[in-house]
Amino acid sequence: MTILRTENITKSYNDKTVIEDINIHLKEGELVSLLGVSGSGKTTLFNIISGLIMPDGGSVQLSDRDITGKPGSVAYMLQKDMLLPHKKIIDNVSLPLLLKGMPRKDARAHADKFFEEFGLEGTQYKYPNQLSGGMKQRAALLRTYMASDGVVLLDEPFSALDTLTKSAMHKWYLQVMEHISLSTLFITHDIDEAILLSDRIYIMSGAPGKIVDEIVIEEKRPRRDDFNLTPEFLEYKKRIISKL
Amino acid sequence: MSKAQSYAKYIPAAVALVGIILIWQLVCMTGIVPSYMLPSPVEVVKALASDIETIMFHAKFTLQETFYGLLIGIALSFIGATLMDRFGVIDRAFYPLMIITQTIPTIAIAPILVLWFGFDMAPKIILVVITTYFPIAVGLLDGYKSVDKDEIDLMRSMGAGRIAIFRHVKFPAALPHFFSGLKIASSYAVVGAVVSEWLGGFNGLGVYMTRMRKAYAFDNMFAVIILIIVISLLLLLLVNIISKAAMPWKKAERGNYE
Repeated sequence: MTILRTENITKSYNDKTVIEDINIHLKEGELVSLLGVSGSGKTTLFNIISGLIMPDGGSVQLSDRDITGKPGSVAYMLQKDMLLPHKKIIDNVSLPLLLKGMPRKDARAHADKFFEEFGLEGTQYKYPNQLSGGMKQRAALLRTYMASDGVVLLDEPFSALDTLTKSAMHKWYLQVMEHISLSTLFITHDIDEAILLSDRIYIMSGAPGKIVDEIVIEEKRPRRDDFNLTPEFLEYKKRIISKL
Repeated sequence: MSKAQSYAKYIPAAVALVGIILIWQLVCMTGIVPSYMLPSPVEVVKALASDIETIMFHAKFTLQETFYGLLIGIALSFIGATLMDRFGVIDRAFYPLMIITQTIPTIAIAPILVLWFGFDMAPKIILVVITTYFPIAVGLLDGYKSVDKDEIDLMRSMGAGRIAIFRHVKFPAALPHFFSGLKIASSYAVVGAVVSEWLGGFNGLGVYMTRMRKAYAFDNMFAVIILIIVISLLLLLLVNIISKAAMPWKKAERGNYE
């Protein structure tokens, strides 16, 4: 079932079209990547889907609701972890619930239930600067999950991490997705990351940014550990490179 | 850092201070400078001890002026800076005026304030407010502006309104800047209060000092100067304690992974 859909989204800044005619959709439980070079308007598209900015044309539908220009409907994780340095991890993570009007005590108790699942057990009462980069990213993901009704937008969430931490985070994220119902739209410019994680990949290219191809990754989940060494993987990679 | 190490870093400052006091005492004892011009440290301490009751009586007024002035200064600068941050027009209208108030010489305006508001505490408190408002307000404004725009976008994407963004992001981000401003303001405040007492009034350390000056009791004047230094240092210490209590995340250790 399609949970999120954009229809003919177009946006210009100062007469320069940044993205044009974007039609994408996300099904329930799916992980879909937006892959493209920098400057192809991926972040602009996310700002529109999250409701932070209005498109010049087109609309965003969540289930059957029109959420164009209405922030607070889908959870959005920006490139940096953006944890508030003055709040303990539990309060950072439960902030979205607090903003929805839940009392602090209930918000903390609800968020606390997910610490183990997210591998954050024991960090509840620490401050963000006491955590490593990977742990901060997990906490930011948990906060995003707390903010969501099942749909999350992730803007290059792992790009700031070193290679080893990054591949550990990939495995971890796929595991988490098995246990909680989550539909993810994911921005990346890392081709390997896109193929490893996604069910489908939209390739965005050019100025103005357009969707130039849609690739379905047939490999079933959970994926083999050596999936990135298989001929199929390289086939996907070749196809993507030819489009970028 | 161990406790012994953290004390060790104060040793050079302590040695320098004690050294200077010793040299001062020696200069006075050898009679190079006559004692009516420069009282020796021992004489200063004696003067402080012998006149302690009168000095404390006056100190009470100075402290009250400092305290009320600071409180009003904090309240006004908080309201002012928050409004300036919220409404660009107010910022553009009042920022230049705020800078102009800082260029007014305190010595020149204090007698005028006395003429307008009398010889009691009011003109002194007003002067303290004028001198303390600026550093605190500038600190707060810088703090509000230091917030990453992405952080505000993130809050908006979670459905937060202006008030929630202020409470959860802007205000806490401004706290460190606020306290730096407050540290500067609190030492200005004591000086401001004393200066305004110099220029007209019945009570306060400034009044006491003018009387002692007329009596050529330099030892008593020095005693008051030392008291003012002690008061300022204690005030700074108090601000430090409050700032640490208000920002517990600052002292949370870094690098304590997993």
